[in-house]
Amino acid sequence: MSPRFEPIIGRYLHLDLLGKPHRLYVEEAGAGIPLLCLHTAGSDARQYRGLMNDARVTAYFRVIAFDMPWHGKSSPPAGWQATDYQLTSRDYVRMIVEVADALGLDKPVAMGCSIGGRIVLHLAHECPERFRALIGLESAAHTEPYYDLSWLNRPDVHGGMVCAGVVSGLVAPTAPDAGRWETLWHYMQSGPGVFKGDLHFYMIDGDIRGRVDDIDIKRCPLFLLTGEYDYSCTSEATLDIAKRTGAEAVIMKDLGHFPMSEDPPKFVSYLLPVLEKIRAL
Amino acid sequence: MIDNIASLVNSDANLVQRGRFVDTTFMIAIDEAYTLIRVQEGRIVKVTPGPFITPDYSFALHASRGVWEKYWQPLPPLGFTDIFALVKQKLMRVEGDLRPFMANLLYFKDVIAAPRKEAAR
Repeated sequence: MSPRFEPIIGRYLHLDLLGKPHRLYVEEAGAGIPLLCLHTAGSDARQYRGLMNDARVTAYFRVIAFDMPWHGKSSPPAGWQATDYQLTSRDYVRMIVEVADALGLDKPVAMGCSIGGRIVLHLAHECPERFRALIGLESAAHTEPYYDLSWLNRPDVHGGMVCAGVVSGLVAPTAPDAGRWETLWHYMQSGPGVFKGDLHFYMIDGDIRGRVDDIDIKRCPLFLLTGEYDYSCTSEATLDIAKRTGAEAVIMKDLGHFPMSEDPPKFVSYLLPVLEKIRAL
Repeated sequence: MIDNIASLVNSDANLVQRGRFVDTTFMIAIDEAYTLIRVQEGRIVKVTPGPFITPDYSFALHASRGVWEKYWQPLPPLGFTDIFALVKQKLMRVEGDLRPFMANLLYFKDVIAAPRKEAAR
């Protein structure tokens, strides 16, 4: 194989986030409508590399993905050692808006998966005017805990291995091996307690069931894509949001909870029709 | 359904390597049929079918025969692909000392799913 660079550019952005100085790792590729991508709990922006390397997407969209604080190559804020990381709905919404502002994005499209698929519902509810459109991947209004989260961060259990073990079954059994194990590798590399801290939002604080009916998709179009094998954010949960909001929903065959990294070409085949509709808005 | 679990696991060098620190006995319950599975250094060294009066094990997985049959299909139906999918739907109960199970989750998931390989033959 002859050596080659991908078109993705990664840089570190210094900004005040949630009232504190932060150093955030941001990647982007392409030009056009800004498409701000939000990774899953306990992972990082590498999940979107397939999207950023797909010319059918980057010809019309400036695809941007950042590692949330504590994730990937973004540091936790100074003083982190004295705190327990815990993501809340309030901080998550503020973070996305503040990052979009820091990057000077004009009415971006926001697309998130899992916790990101949940937070786009919060964005649709709280600040739809800030976005051109919202795309929820694996969106559910709420997910009840189905195992004891304390296993995810304790000194006698390897955090990376248990986090990967917990999420491994969420990858579609039909996914290519390379995509499955790259997805799990991201989980194995997560910092101690970070996945657990994100799940505070996912399973406790981020419950938006009581406000779904108030989402007005005329103020900001909402598109939902969910992998059929996802038993965490189920097809039923996504279709319920679609029914209550009027959002378009598609259940993706042969995909699970991490469509963009477990099988990027298959995911893009489902995303392209959505992106075409957004271009036509 | 789990008669050949030892040879299925022990013939998978990568799986044995992944479980090289595992030393425990766990139980699989198919309805009321109990089987104890002894693991040493990632290899299954003993499979003991019940019944038992005082079974000694670290953790146990309980599900109905119908659930296990779906779970052990080469490509299980939606909702039956993973232990946690079954637990979430309350179709499986995992109980006991979960530390060896959670500390070696990727290992045990593949050990417990090993009968799928035989079903695929």
